[in-house]
Amino acid sequence: MKNRLKVLRAEHDWTQARLATELEVSRQTVNAIEKGKFDPSLPLAFKISRLFGQPIEQIFQDESES
Amino acid sequence: MGQVKSNDSNWAENQARNTRQLAVWTGAWVATIAIAAFGPKLLWDYNPVLSVVAVLASLGVGFGMVRVNGHYLQGLDELQRRIFLEAAALTLGVGMVCGLAYELLDDIKLITFNPEISHLVVLMSLTFMGGMIAGQRKYQ
Repeated sequence: MKNRLKVLRAEHDWTQARLATELEVSRQTVNAIEKGKFDPSLPLAFKISRLFGQPIEQIFQDESES
Repeated sequence: MGQVKSNDSNWAENQARNTRQLAVWTGAWVATIAIAAFGPKLLWDYNPVLSVVAVLASLGVGFGMVRVNGHYLQGLDELQRRIFLEAAALTLGVGMVCGLAYELLDDIKLITFNPEISHLVVLMSLTFMGGMIAGQRKYQ
């Protein structure tokens, strides 16, 4: 799954550590999600969605659809 | 959501506290095992009552460690939990397969010494550490 997490983080001028603190996960988890190595659970995806004020489908895209 | 301690203010601090608690309980368990193993010979001359007390203490602290380990696991984030569980699954598989094969070597007299449970514990510890390192690298 592709995502715009890195872009959104850059728009807020946040470090991975800051985003990890906001999401209550480790920095490694933020890094793995940004690199597409790990797909977050639905609850975490919703948390990211709420944090950035955008719908989930605008942050995460299924690669098979693109 | 999805976090056992999501209502706590600082997730990282909670995780550090869980890790410290697990380290303390693990250290205590190792100490009780050492006392139960060496105490009869070195401290109380094989007094059966004291030996039973030492073994029961080891079991009690051991189950406490298992409980704390459960809290530790629940306190991890979802990626850390996945890495932990993958390493644990690998360890269980390697431990069972190699443990049974090791016992078999003795049964069919291909080795001349008795298989020791400690050898299996060392193998499982190394496997778990290897699994954790591989998991960390995989998601780097």
